[in-house]
Amino acid sequence: MYQTKYHKAASFDDAVAALGAAEDGKYLAGGQTLLATMKQRLAAPTDLVDLRGIDGMVGISVDGDSVTIGAATTHAEVASNAALRAVIPVLCDLAVLIGDPAVRHMGTIGGSLANNDPAADYPAAVLGLNGTVITNQREIPADEYFEGLFTTALDEGEIIKAVRFPKPRRAAYQKFPNPASRFALVGVLVADTGDGPRVAVTGAGSDGVFRAEALEEALAGGFSAASLEGASVDSDGLMGDIHATPEYRAHLIGVLARRGVAAAG
Amino acid sequence: MSTGIGARVKRKEDKRFTTGQGRYTDDVRVDNQAYAVFVRSPHAHAKITGIDKSEAEAMDGVIAVLDGHQLTGDGIGNLICGWAVSSKDGSPMNMGAWSALATDTARYVGDAVAVVIADSRQEARDAAEAVVVDYEELPVVVTSDKALESGAPQIHDNAAGNLCFDWEIGDEAAADKGLAEAAHVTQMRIVNNRLSPNPMEPRSAVAIYDSAEEHYTLYTTSQNPHVARLVLSAFYNVAPEHKLRVIAPDVGGGFGAKIYIYPEEITCLWASMKTGRSVKWTADRSEAFMTDAHGRDHITNARMGFDQNGKITGFKVDTLANLGAYMSLFSSATPTYLYATLLSGQYDIANIYGNVKGVYTNTVPVDAYRGAGRPEASFLVERMMETAAREMGMDPAELRRRNFIGSFPHQTPVIMTYDAGDFAGNLDMAQKAADVAGFPARRAEAAQRGKLRGLGYSCYIEACGIAPSAAVGSLGAGVGLWESAEVRVNPVGTIEILTGSHSHGQGHETTFSQIVAERFGLPIENVSIVHGDTDKVQFGMGTYGSRSGAVGMSAIVKAMDKVEAKVRKIAAHVLEASEDDIVIENGAVKVAGTDKQMLWHEVGLAAYTAHNLPAGMEPGLKETAFYDPVNFTFPAGCYIAEVEVDPETGVTKVVQFTAADDFGTIINPMIVEGQVHGGAAQGIGQAMLEGVVYDQDGQLLTGSYMDYCMPRADDVPFYTIEHNKTVCPGNPLGIKGCGEAGAIGTPPAIINAITDAIGNNDLQMPATPLKVWTALQAAAKPMAAE
Repeated sequence: MYQTKYHKAASFDDAVAALGAAEDGKYLAGGQTLLATMKQRLAAPTDLVDLRGIDGMVGISVDGDSVTIGAATTHAEVASNAALRAVIPVLCDLAVLIGDPAVRHMGTIGGSLANNDPAADYPAAVLGLNGTVITNQREIPADEYFEGLFTTALDEGEIIKAVRFPKPRRAAYQKFPNPASRFALVGVLVADTGDGPRVAVTGAGSDGVFRAEALEEALAGGFSAASLEGASVDSDGLMGDIHATPEYRAHLIGVLARRGVAAAG
Repeated sequence: MSTGIGARVKRKEDKRFTTGQGRYTDDVRVDNQAYAVFVRSPHAHAKITGIDKSEAEAMDGVIAVLDGHQLTGDGIGNLICGWAVSSKDGSPMNMGAWSALATDTARYVGDAVAVVIADSRQEARDAAEAVVVDYEELPVVVTSDKALESGAPQIHDNAAGNLCFDWEIGDEAAADKGLAEAAHVTQMRIVNNRLSPNPMEPRSAVAIYDSAEEHYTLYTTSQNPHVARLVLSAFYNVAPEHKLRVIAPDVGGGFGAKIYIYPEEITCLWASMKTGRSVKWTADRSEAFMTDAHGRDHITNARMGFDQNGKITGFKVDTLANLGAYMSLFSSATPTYLYATLLSGQYDIANIYGNVKGVYTNTVPVDAYRGAGRPEASFLVERMMETAAREMGMDPAELRRRNFIGSFPHQTPVIMTYDAGDFAGNLDMAQKAADVAGFPARRAEAAQRGKLRGLGYSCYIEACGIAPSAAVGSLGAGVGLWESAEVRVNPVGTIEILTGSHSHGQGHETTFSQIVAERFGLPIENVSIVHGDTDKVQFGMGTYGSRSGAVGMSAIVKAMDKVEAKVRKIAAHVLEASEDDIVIENGAVKVAGTDKQMLWHEVGLAAYTAHNLPAGMEPGLKETAFYDPVNFTFPAGCYIAEVEVDPETGVTKVVQFTAADDFGTIINPMIVEGQVHGGAAQGIGQAMLEGVVYDQDGQLLTGSYMDYCMPRADDVPFYTIEHNKTVCPGNPLGIKGCGEAGAIGTPPAIINAITDAIGNNDLQMPATPLKVWTALQAAAKPMAAE
């Protein structure tokens, strides 16, 4: 790791000011991607501005059929929060599949969404459940937030404060882990929302998380595994690497979507 | 509770390992210590046209920036391969020059080009990034088949067409004749996937130069410190042996990768002399992936013929072995004498011919990795047998039974003389423990759950206890492969065993103590094991090839024989009895049939006080022995795997795994079972998870655990382990060795089970979900619920 300067921000203004003053600064949340990248000398921010101490960044609040999760809430907390499980259990089920216990106790939902790794799990949750990303400046609907590999709608210096999820009628997340890294080789979140079915796919798209429109259309005729028989996903635009070809990923998306719909009940 | 042979004694060494008190090379901190960081080639093949060190040299903390021209200029010799193999036309192998720091050409990604020595690791790393190396990129080839094609990039000037050797074994005409006469011929192309060894502790070195004495000390992660000293002295000209001490302290796993002498240790020693500073280097995990010698990487085409009754009539094998960019220390032996000499498997085959071409590529050197040649042979033979049985519509177990060697000694047509074994007994034992009879019901039950269940056999044999020195010498080895031991009985009766074997996870401190406890009736707490230091242990060939039991312990037994003979003489003298009447039991030396005795420590004291010894006897009680084995040993067994495949995804689970091994005498069953567990996990890793991948530019795509898949706990099943026992006639304890069996026997059992499940024999390792799913798509017919 190269030399870097650490700041602990007490407020959003404090954080924005610290980043603005830095030569090449980065916000720090759980650090589970950023610190590992810095240790390998693949990233070299001059300054790190830690957001975790800002008031209101941590915690899960349930308000009727809506849940708001503070951006610095760890995956372990999301996985084990009883109030959250009572309303949107799929978020708990998804969070417990992220990384290993050490990662889950450090990594945060805000950090994951700001990084937008194409194989991360949370982007599928936010896009599949039609969540809203709340920043220090505005609210960004899921369909407008994810812009590509490691790219989001966040402006320079903009900070995710929280994520709000509406309660779906039913939903499930199916993850096919990369055998080596155990990131999602393909992850599919299916949700029967008040506004129709949503199918969000992570791990597979060349441009990151995406909605599988063909599958959503098939499910519009009825939220059941039977509706998905014969529906397929085009392998164009899917990633190919040593672990999976685009064709295999396309096939897995169909399998996981069917299993997800069946699991959602 | 007994602590002798056959007792499940808990490992003495584990207290320090489990409480963080192990002392590894990177734990060594010495005065005046500086740090080395290597500048490595980012290109797989490139001419080095210039190195600009000026910016790095001016940086804070930098002591020196050294390059290959300085190293060779100081007379440091090239790295060598210690086993000379000749091509079938009689010509010697074409060993390409390998300088510890590349001078003119870099030949793989990670090839060391320069080294920075600085006050701190951080400063050394910063400066290494500031060294500017000018490269002129050259064309690259990474696979052995492409490297042999005409027009392939030429890697070494003295190896035309990248061919290092074209070696053969057996009788080609006889094999051809056997195949021509066959009623059925099974033909396969089999790839033995390239593996990264991944010991838990990365390689490390601390080099200390004493300018007044012109003496070097090297702490290093070695499986064989005396071999390291010998090579560093005799070939690399670092220092004469008496001016070089090599210490391999606690070592966290080796798997073969720590047998070899690497450029980094050589460079650290030289740099310590050059700079007057002690120099430490520890690989990070990325360097381990990039520079530790890889294993396997064979491409084989083979044909096996059978008569009407399923009896093998001939076996012909054509193998390309990827050697990487340079010849590592034993890289010539691994794909030849450690591989093709086992092509007979457990079977009585009259006609065998093997041809092996050793090929240079722009990849890290390839050498022995747990099993070393024998997994490649076992995988080939056992895949051929299982596939042949399927093609001929025979029960694969029955086909094996019809071909098993049944009497010993048995001379194979490929050098080896098997001394003992019970191959049918191993198969019986495994079939019973695995409840093979109940398999059809289990398969039907799995089908109801939508899973494809398959069963696969592997009847492996390996050659361990490497090896009779004269025999390996005649085959080209540059060293003898004996072992030495010293037994020191102290005046108080406690015992130190100095051994040339080296423990890097095997539990020698426990098992070696057990054989001493057994012999003299002493508590194992009274025995300590000293190893891994060339100043303490007189000599030794180290630990690899499952040789520490069969060879290392045999040397200890020989030294104990000498101690016992002297003890008898002393006791007979003091007790005024005949030597023939002396018995040693329960820590006492007695006159049989009387109540006259000396306690063990009283004999020790008598030997050192020397007040009352037989006339002419030297004082003291310390004996040394060298043991040279009379033959290889031949551990063998039968493994049966059952897998379940999810046909929708290709995801495969090993749901049942049974091992019936014949290791001869077992000293500590708990440790042996641990060796089988670990070996089987590595075998499952090779079969289903692990595979090194270079892209066509020679960049390592599997350079971290993000892409290189090591087995995790949930990838492996609970193992059922049985032991058959035929005693090895070749050594005093009857030991065959157990360290590599799991890694050798497991891969074919797994792949035979998966191919059984999916109904497609065309499946290469690692059988990842992608590959299994792809093979399922290609299967001629779906094999679901039958």
